Amino acid sequence: MARITASVYTPHVPAIGAALDLGKDQEPYWQKVFSGYERSKQWIKENMPDVIFLAYNDHANAFSLELIPTFAIGTAAEYAPADEGWGPRPVPKVIGHPEFASHIAQSVIQEDFDLTIVNKMDVDHGLTVPLSLMFGNPPKSDFRWPCRVIPFAVNVVQYPVPSGRRCFALGQAIRRAVESYDEPLRVQVWGTGGMSHQLQGARAGLINEPWDNRFLDRLIADPADLSLMPHIEYVREAGSEGIELVMWLIARGAMADVAGGAKPKVVHRFYHVPASNTAVGHLILENAR
Amino acid sequence: MPLDKPYKDVPGTTIFDAEQSRKGYHLNQFCMSLMKPANRERFKANERAYLDEWSMTEEQKQAVLARDLNRCIEHGGNIYFLAKIGATDGKSFQQMAGSMTGMTEAEYRDMMINGGRSAEGNRHLGEDGDAQLHRQPQGAAGRKTLRE
Repeated sequence: MARITASVYTPHVPAIGAALDLGKDQEPYWQKVFSGYERSKQWIKENMPDVIFLAYNDHANAFSLELIPTFAIGTAAEYAPADEGWGPRPVPKVIGHPEFASHIAQSVIQEDFDLTIVNKMDVDHGLTVPLSLMFGNPPKSDFRWPCRVIPFAVNVVQYPVPSGRRCFALGQAIRRAVESYDEPLRVQVWGTGGMSHQLQGARAGLINEPWDNRFLDRLIADPADLSLMPHIEYVREAGSEGIELVMWLIARGAMADVAGGAKPKVVHRFYHVPASNTAVGHLILENAR
Repeated sequence: MPLDKPYKDVPGTTIFDAEQSRKGYHLNQFCMSLMKPANRERFKANERAYLDEWSMTEEQKQAVLARDLNRCIEHGGNIYFLAKIGATDGKSFQQMAGSMTGMTEAEYRDMMINGGRSAEGNRHLGEDGDAQLHRQPQGAAGRKTLRE
């Protein structure tokens, strides 16, 4: 049977992708960000998943105002990096897992989560920057990502966005879906976005380091309680774009302890300000084997 | 019963809700069109003519021409859509975000390197934080615009 081995939490700041793509990653400003992922890159080499279920949000690239799915699961064979206006990122296309994604869709929808099924979409920095952070950009000589990815897009752009509680419950349904799949796949669930940041208005540049660190503490120790936090607290304390953090609760909900299993092991925790406009908080939690 | 909007009392912040989205539909869809290289070229060649192809309000068009992102947001724009204009101009998210504060690029970058903007005084309207209306503009770029 398939099994969730770990969850990974990371921002997906576009400037991080640009720094890598333009070869600026050795500059001191960016070194401070990337140094927090050295341990992660080593860890993932030793704990390579077969499939990553990657919760992220589209930033008006695959979805315009014509269509705004609250939760959208990618069931396609592959996904091209989006041209967000700067030209597409020079990273490999993302290889999906149609059979497994369709199984998850079927299982989760039958548990009353009304997902949108997507068979064609481009993936933006929300999905590709976390891959770059955890794997580094693949070299030209071996231009591919090392595992398959199921994109899971969450609307956090136009309100109403889903509640933390709904995201947490969805994560639990995703764990049940994964564990009912016959193939022995090693699966990681990633929650991306955040942490505190605001990209608009006179309050642009807001960072709340104490709040972010409390969020990390609570995400580790008591995610069920954390999932009850209302949207307005994210906006007030972590900036209007800090609302992306609800997606971390999908990944956290998929961990074994939420269903009565053992507490996860905190493999890695990192926090740094800034990457462009954003606080970089990063966490790896591992299920007991 | 009207929808509950507790986010209306956060200073310097516009939440992109259904009301803003209705107001900004054509503005944001114009922005989406800039994801195609050919459209970026046509826009750059004659911005006014390109904007006139869209059923946007004159205020929206003027805000785009002036690259005044605060005004774009006031008229229904959302930053992830507006970012397509910035990308067409070769601007980063940091340059775009900074442009809305009245700070110069260097001032904003330095604020971020020094830990970002504090939430203190910036949680509710009527407090005394640096994002409150009575403390605008915040930097040398905004003061220069006021003088002009």
